[in-house]
Amino acid sequence: MTTITRSLLTSLVLCAALTACGDDADTAADDAVTLRLLTHDSFAVSDGVLEAFTTETGIEVELLQGGDAGTVVNQAILTQGNPQADVLFGIDSTFLTRALDADLFVPHQAAGLDAVDDDLRLDEEGRVTPIDYGDVCLNYDKAFFAGAGIPVPTSLEDLVDPMYADLLVVQNPATSSPGLAFLLASIGAFGEDGWEAWWSDLRANGVQVVDGWEEAYNTAFSGGGASEGTRPLVVSYASSPPAEVLYADPPIDESPIGVIDASCYRQVEGAGILAGTPHEEEARELVDFLLSERFQADVPLSMFVFPARSDVELPEVFVEHAARPSEVFELPSEDIEANREDWIDRWTDLVLR
Amino acid sequence: MIRRRWAAALLGPPVAFLTVFFAWPVANIVGEGLRGDSGWDLSGVGAVLGDPALRQVAWFTLWQAAASTVLTLLVALPAAHVLARLEFPGRRLLQALIVVPFVLPTVVVGAAFVALLGPSSPVGIDLQGRVGGILLAHAFFNHAVVVRTVGGLWEGLDPRTEEAARMLGASRWQAFRTVTLPTLRPAIASAAAITFLFSFTSFGVVRILGGSSRTTLEVEIYRQTADLLDLPVASVLALLQLTAVGAMLVVQDRLERRRGRTAAALRPSARRAPRGPGERAWLVGNLVALAVLLGTPLATLLERSFRTTDGGHGLAAWRALGEASRGSGLFVAPVDAVANSLRFAVVATVVAVTLGGLAAAALARAGGRAARLLDAILLLPLGTSAVTVGFGFLIALDEPIDLRASPVLVPLAQAVVALPFVVRTMTPVLRSIDPRLHEAAAVLGASPGRAWRAIDLPIVRRAVLVAAGFAFAISLGEFGATTVIARADAPTVPVTIARLLGRPGPLNTGQAFALSVVLMVLTASAVLVVDRWRSRTVGRGGWV
Repeated sequence: MTTITRSLLTSLVLCAALTACGDDADTAADDAVTLRLLTHDSFAVSDGVLEAFTTETGIEVELLQGGDAGTVVNQAILTQGNPQADVLFGIDSTFLTRALDADLFVPHQAAGLDAVDDDLRLDEEGRVTPIDYGDVCLNYDKAFFAGAGIPVPTSLEDLVDPMYADLLVVQNPATSSPGLAFLLASIGAFGEDGWEAWWSDLRANGVQVVDGWEEAYNTAFSGGGASEGTRPLVVSYASSPPAEVLYADPPIDESPIGVIDASCYRQVEGAGILAGTPHEEEARELVDFLLSERFQADVPLSMFVFPARSDVELPEVFVEHAARPSEVFELPSEDIEANREDWIDRWTDLVLR
Repeated sequence: MIRRRWAAALLGPPVAFLTVFFAWPVANIVGEGLRGDSGWDLSGVGAVLGDPALRQVAWFTLWQAAASTVLTLLVALPAAHVLARLEFPGRRLLQALIVVPFVLPTVVVGAAFVALLGPSSPVGIDLQGRVGGILLAHAFFNHAVVVRTVGGLWEGLDPRTEEAARMLGASRWQAFRTVTLPTLRPAIASAAAITFLFSFTSFGVVRILGGSSRTTLEVEIYRQTADLLDLPVASVLALLQLTAVGAMLVVQDRLERRRGRTAAALRPSARRAPRGPGERAWLVGNLVALAVLLGTPLATLLERSFRTTDGGHGLAAWRALGEASRGSGLFVAPVDAVANSLRFAVVATVVAVTLGGLAAAALARAGGRAARLLDAILLLPLGTSAVTVGFGFLIALDEPIDLRASPVLVPLAQAVVALPFVVRTMTPVLRSIDPRLHEAAAVLGASPGRAWRAIDLPIVRRAVLVAAGFAFAISLGEFGATTVIARADAPTVPVTIARLLGRPGPLNTGQAFALSVVLMVLTASAVLVVDRWRSRTVGRGGWV
């Protein structure tokens, strides 16, 4: 029995090895390194962009998508020192401190960092390089407010007005990244002492809570082209309006949804070289590429976020339809790491129980 | 003695496989959670079990599973009777179609139920965030388990015993209650146990339909692992769930053994056309109930796949399946995901049927306590959270060869999920081969090889085909384990559906529904093909 088990284990491992070796043999022939880029499910890039990097440097890139941003960071922490990939893309301020505390990344001063605004820099030591940023904002259904004859709310304070009763749908911050961002926005707006009172009022005013962005936007919100929901206010992104224009069939000129300026929370997203990678030099080149003009120009229409570089031209649909809020809420990463669980627990008690 | 050694040899490969790709990763991740800086630390166990919030989660998990089981039995038992006893046009097709919900991925079912019974319900019922929606979805899922398990036994029961009771003056209900029901009871109990198991460990349905305030152990394990990386708590919860599932399997094993005795008296089926207005009304009523419970969610998917931005209907979403559009977050066109899924499913099927077949052969030969224990152990992957296995892979499969990012891991993980189904389908069939047939063949001068070809091969071939069909359908629909390891360049259909649903823009949503329809059709075809092969002996009393 044991011999059989052992011989079977050997053959299993052998056959796995053969497959693995098969891959290696291919790349060895080209004398190329294959880098693994670990990222979240929302990562996207146009055809030919990563291929351009390969042509330029001879380095192949393989993508691993491991779930949402938090899950991916947790996977990397679990395998700290012996990572399954070489570079991680998609870490934002929400999880930054946790990752830095776990010594996840190797410091790197990326080429092109000069073109990035100072307030987007995630880490002075360069362990995480900023690649893009996106704003989580309240979206509203233009047709609803036009038809109902009530003004579009202009601030978070407005939302507790009885005029807006039963109109808002938000995501649970315990299960949704935009949901957490909106909770952080409220903490940024009302302070550590004021956010709970505001949420109590919001609850009394009939806020609906769902688990994820999909349900909120696609089934509860009334403004999206695919949804038939009944609520004209939803927590989504500053870039949702251009997405509605881009994916409308038949085409439309004006987005059916708008963004409430004073409701936005900024998430800066970055990339880091995973400590323990056997390809550190090549990984540096890949991070530089992520901040190069070629990749940065592709970011808006691929991931619906803004490029970190300020010197990249934005596509027209973005210029025309995406919101550029003048003021955004942001919280220090250390505060988020120290209080996240506590905030979420308090929020859950307050809004759901 | 020789028999036993043979059984052990046959068990070697499947046991080795489950050790490497299930037990070892799970032990690793649970161990990681229970080990403090200085050796084992079990102090967290008491704290977790004493936490009122987590006890509430455990309690909800338990009672919603019990309620789901009752509801499923209530709607599925009448259907089991109709399909087992009555003959009507389209019965075969219907019998295949009712299996479709069971193998659909939870993301698809969740999407269908939210579209049907969510805030924008066309029938005006909003069950999102309420227990009712969860229970209905569980009944939708597990309906086939009851119909197949109970119906399989029912169609083999001799109708004459019930007729004799009627002749002696018993009412229809009395005859059912005193004659048929006692015979069916073990099968009902066994189907109930399986339904309870699936409802107890339900993840996608609870996550999508439960709203924010309803979580089960499985959902909580996911949250503690993937969202919070609180492994000590996650490990205790995973052990708690494994213990509960183990206890359930022991109960089920007891019931299965009782069924084994009744199943021995099977006869060929005795379906007939409905007689009289009462029976006809019963048939029609049941068909309507089936159409409502199983049909409407599937029809909703179909309708949504054709819906266009302006509220009308068209083929836009279907046409878009051929390309990886910008911003869809997909690196390959959705049609290529279909090809990936088919490829992975073929590999997973070969692995699951080979290893499951060996295990079934061993279990059919061996008897006694050890065999029953193994039978239960083979079911444990179904009771383990996919995220536990997936995160276990990350820390367990890095040496000697780093398999963590390898594409071969996807079909292997699917095979882990399909394996129990294969064993469950094949074991009863292999066990049913009467050893006296071999003795008779030997007496008549046949060599052992010739006897095997003449007696075993036809039965085994059919059993393999049936098991393969189900393994294939299950691999196609597998979502949980696949999503943790799926690589961007080779996503499967369920993973692609989930990604499309997570993107803004009506075209992406439409494509998700269209792909769901494709998956539904593929699954239904696999099951239909299997049903053609299903002989009277194969799969009877099995749960698929």
